Amino acid sequence: MKIGIPKEIHEGEKRVAATPEAAEQIIKLGFSMAIESGAGAGANISDEAYREVGVEIVSDVKALWKNSDLIIKVRAPERHPELAVDEIEMLAEGANLISFIWPAQNAELMKKLADRKVTVLAMDSVPRISRAQKLDALSSMANIAGYRAIIEAAQHFGRFFTGQITAAGKIPPAKVLVIGAGVAGLAAIGVAKSMGAIVRAFDTRPQVKEQIESMDAEFLLLDFKEDGAGAGGYAKVMSKEFIEAEMALFARQAMEVDIIVTTALIPGKPAPELITKGMVESMKPGSVIVDLAAEQGGNCALTEKDKVVVKHGVTIIGYTNLPSRLANQSSQLYASNIRHLLTELCPAKDGVINVNMEDEVIRGATVIKEGQITWPPPAPTLSAAPKAPAAAPAEPAAVEKKQEKKGGGAIKQLLPLLIGGLAMFAVGAVAPASFMSHFTVFVLACFIGYQVIWNVTASLHTPLMSVTNAISGIIIIGAVVQISAKDNNCVVILAGIAVLAASINIVGGFLVTRRMLEMFKK
Amino acid sequence: MSQSLISMAYIAAAILFILSLSGLSNQETSRRGNYYGMVGMAIAILATVLNPSFTAYGILIIALVVGGFIGARAAFKVEMTQMPELVAVMHSLVGIAAVLVGYASFMDTTSTLTGSEKTIHEIEIYLGVLIGAVTFSGSVIAFGKLSGKIGGKPMLLPARHWLNLCMLIAVIVLGYMFLNPSENCSCSCVGGLIPLLIMTVIALIFGVHMVMAIGGADMPVVVSMLNSYSGWAAAATGFMLSNDLLIVTGALVGSSGAILSYIMCRAMNRNFISVIAGGFGGGATGGTAAVIEGDVTPVNAVETAKLLLEAKSIVIVPGYGMAVAQAQHAVNEITKLLRGKGKTVRFGIHPVAGRMPGHMNVLLAEAKVPYDIVFEMDEINEDFPKVDVSIVIGANDIVNPSAMNDPTSPIAGMPVLEVWKSHITIAMKRSMASGYAGVGNPLFVMENTRMLFGDAKETLQAVLKELNANS
Repeated sequence: MKIGIPKEIHEGEKRVAATPEAAEQIIKLGFSMAIESGAGAGANISDEAYREVGVEIVSDVKALWKNSDLIIKVRAPERHPELAVDEIEMLAEGANLISFIWPAQNAELMKKLADRKVTVLAMDSVPRISRAQKLDALSSMANIAGYRAIIEAAQHFGRFFTGQITAAGKIPPAKVLVIGAGVAGLAAIGVAKSMGAIVRAFDTRPQVKEQIESMDAEFLLLDFKEDGAGAGGYAKVMSKEFIEAEMALFARQAMEVDIIVTTALIPGKPAPELITKGMVESMKPGSVIVDLAAEQGGNCALTEKDKVVVKHGVTIIGYTNLPSRLANQSSQLYASNIRHLLTELCPAKDGVINVNMEDEVIRGATVIKEGQITWPPPAPTLSAAPKAPAAAPAEPAAVEKKQEKKGGGAIKQLLPLLIGGLAMFAVGAVAPASFMSHFTVFVLACFIGYQVIWNVTASLHTPLMSVTNAISGIIIIGAVVQISAKDNNCVVILAGIAVLAASINIVGGFLVTRRMLEMFKK
Repeated sequence: MSQSLISMAYIAAAILFILSLSGLSNQETSRRGNYYGMVGMAIAILATVLNPSFTAYGILIIALVVGGFIGARAAFKVEMTQMPELVAVMHSLVGIAAVLVGYASFMDTTSTLTGSEKTIHEIEIYLGVLIGAVTFSGSVIAFGKLSGKIGGKPMLLPARHWLNLCMLIAVIVLGYMFLNPSENCSCSCVGGLIPLLIMTVIALIFGVHMVMAIGGADMPVVVSMLNSYSGWAAAATGFMLSNDLLIVTGALVGSSGAILSYIMCRAMNRNFISVIAGGFGGGATGGTAAVIEGDVTPVNAVETAKLLLEAKSIVIVPGYGMAVAQAQHAVNEITKLLRGKGKTVRFGIHPVAGRMPGHMNVLLAEAKVPYDIVFEMDEINEDFPKVDVSIVIGANDIVNPSAMNDPTSPIAGMPVLEVWKSHITIAMKRSMASGYAGVGNPLFVMENTRMLFGDAKETLQAVLKELNANS
C-alpha cells in the first residue's frame, strides 16, 4: 500500500504527520511512502532526510493525493488555499485517511468524507484504554501543550520563576495555579515546578490529587464532596453548589498567584468559564493567564482565540496551536503515535492495512468505514483510569458486607463474653480455692503478655520469638521438681529426658537470640 | 533454702521474664532484654535446685550439661536463613518436655490429693500432655516443611474437619475414661494410663494433620502459633505441679505468641480464629487465580546496573528468594556502593516476607545493612510514587497487585507493597513460576516492570561487578 503525507495547509500549522525515523519503521511494515516536498520544513526536517530513509519526494500535491491508498495528516482535511480545491476532493475514492477529525464538532466534514466512500480513522477518537496509550495522540499533544503553556507564560511574565536571594535583593518565587490536572495540566505543573515556581493545582476529580502531589505541587482542596470523574477518565459537569464553591476558591487564588494555566475541558461541551472578568481585574498587574481551552471558547471570560491580549494589566494567551509551536517535538510524538496505529492495523507486516472492527482500539478510532459513518463507537469497557470502575462495583458489595456484619456483629461480640462468663462461673462453682489462686495468676499473666507484646517493632519478631521460645524452656522447672522422686525410676528417667530437652531449648534459644541481636547495628 | 525464699526467687524470675519480653520490643533495649531472660532463667533453676528436697544432682547435671552443649552448638552453627527451622525444632522440644513431665507427674504416686482437687489435678495432667503432644508433632512437621524435607503444598484430606471433630470427641471420651478408671482394674494408675497413651497418640496425629494442611506461605503464622502452644503447654504443666512461676511464664509466652500470630494474620488478611483452629491457608476458598497474560520485559545485569546508576531513589523489597539464594551479602554490597554514590537506598519489608515473622530483618542485619534504612510496609508504601527504581528480590505474593484490585484473587485484601507505583520495578526471579499462594502476578507483565531472571545471588553479584566497573 502506498502512504502519502501531504504538507499541512492550515494557517500556522508547522507539524508534519511523519518524521524520517517513523517513516523508516513504517516502511519496514511493508508500506511504500511518499511525502510532499517541503512538508517537514515547518518542523525543521529537510526533504533530504526523508529521501535518505527511502521516502519518495513528490512536488505535485494532486498527484500525491491521487496515487496514495492511505493519506496521513495532522489536521482534518480543509480547503487548499493555493489550489482552491478541497482536500477531500483530491482524496481518491475508496482510499483511507488518518488524521485528527473531531467528528462531534465537524458533522459536515464527516458527511463529505462519507460521500467519498473512504475509510477514516480519527486520531482523536482512539479509545483511552491502557493498550491504546502508545497511540494516544491527544495525550502526547496535550503533554506538549502543557509544556509550551508555561514557556509562553514565562515569555510574557516579567519576573523569574524561581526565588533567589542575591546581593541585589530578594526575589520571591512566582506562584502558578494550574486548573485541570489532565495530561496538559500535569505537564504544566512539572515544567513550572522545575523552573522553581510555587505550583498549586485544582481539579474536580479527587483521584488526581495523588498525581498532583506526586509532581510535588499543592492540591487545592475544595471543602465539598462531589466526584467529578466522568466516563473514560474525563471530567463531567459539576453541580451548581460545587461550581460556586469552586469559583470562590479561584477568586481567592486569583488575587494571590502570578500565573494561571487553565486546561478545563469537558468532552463535547464548550469549555466552562472559570476565570471571570472580575477575577482578571483582581490579579496583580503583569500577571499572565494561559488558556489552553481557547479552542472551545476558553476558561477565561476575556480570552481571545489565537491571540495574546493584555487586559487590566494581565496578559491573556489564547493560542490554540501550542503543539505546533513546538513543531519538531510534536511531529516526532505524533508520528510515533501514527506508527503504533499502523502497527496495530497491519499485524501481518505485509504493507496492507486491515481495519479490523473486532479490535477495540481500531473500532474506536474508525469513524467512517467504506463510506459508512461508524461514529460514535460503543462505549469502551475499560477506562484509562482503571481504578474508578474497579472500585465502583466493589464498593456496594463492601457496604453490604458491612451491614451484614453489623447485624451479626452484636451477637458476635456478645457471644464470647457470654461463654466466657458462663465458663468462669462454672469453674468458680466447682474449683477448690487452691486452684483459684493459680488461676488468678494465670489470667493476669496472660494480660501482661498481651500488653508487653503489642508494641513490638516488626523487625524484632524473630528475636522475640526465639527469646520467648527460650523462656518457654521454663518447663525445666517442672522436670527438676520431679527428678528427685525417690522410689520411682520411671519418673526419674522421664524427668531426666525432659530436663535434657528443655535445657537444649533454653541454652540454644538464648544464645541464638544474642547472636541475632548482636547483628542489629545501626 | 526456705519455701519463702524460693517463692521470692520465683517472683524475681517472673519479673525478669516480663522485662525481657518488654525489652525485646525495641532495638535499643533488646540486648538487655535477652540478658534479663538469661538471668531470670538462671535464678529460677537455681532456686528449684536448692530446694532441700532436691537430691538427684547427678542426673540433673548430666542432663543440663549435655543439653546445654547441644543447644549452644546449634545456636552457633545455624545459618541465619535457617532460623525458622531452628525455632520450630526448639518448639518441639518444649512440647516433648511437657508430655514427659505430664507422664512423670501421673506416675508419681506420692501425691495425696482427693476429691475435686484430685480431679482437677488429673485434668491438668491430661491437658498438659494433650497440648504438649500437639505442639511436639506440629513443630516437627513445621520443621520438615520449613527445611524442605516435606513438600510445602498443603495436604488436604477429604472431610478433614470431620476428622478433627472425631478426634476431639475421642479425646473427650478418653478424658472421661481417664478420670474414672474402671472399677475392675486393680491399680488405678494402670487403668488411667491406657486412655492417656491413646490420647497422646491422637494428639500427635492431630498435630501432624493440623500443620500438614497449612500451605507454605502461611508458615510465619504457624511458627508463631506453635510458639504460643508451647507456652500454653508450660502453663498447663504449671497448673499440674502447682507451680506459679511455670504458670506465669507459660501464660506470658502463650499470650505473646498468640498476639504475634494475630499480628501476622492481620498482615495477611486472614481470620485469626481459623488459624488457631488449624487447617487454614489451603487457598481453596474463593475464586480461581487470575491467569496472567502479557509479555514480560526481561533485562540483564548490565541493563540493571545502568538503571540503578540513573536512579536517585531506590527501594529494595526482599522476599524468601533472597533467603534461599543467601543473597543478603550481595544486597548489602550493592547498597553500600549505591549509598556511596549519594543515592537514597531503602528497604521495604513486608510483615510476612520469608518463612517466619521478621525473617528478612534478621537476614539484612546479618549482612550488616544498617537497620535505620530498613522500613516496614506501612512506613514506605506511600513513598513508592517517588521512587525511581524498586528491586524485588525473590518475592511474589507480597508485591502482587491483584491483592488490591482483584476481589476474586485468593489473596484479595492482603496488604501488599505497592512497588508497581515506582517508575521502574526490577523483579528478580528464578523463573515465571507463581508464588507460594499459587497466584499469578500481574506485576511481572506490567509496562514498567523489568524481569531479571536467574539465581538471586549470582545475578546480584553480576550487577555488583557491573556497578563497580562503571564507577
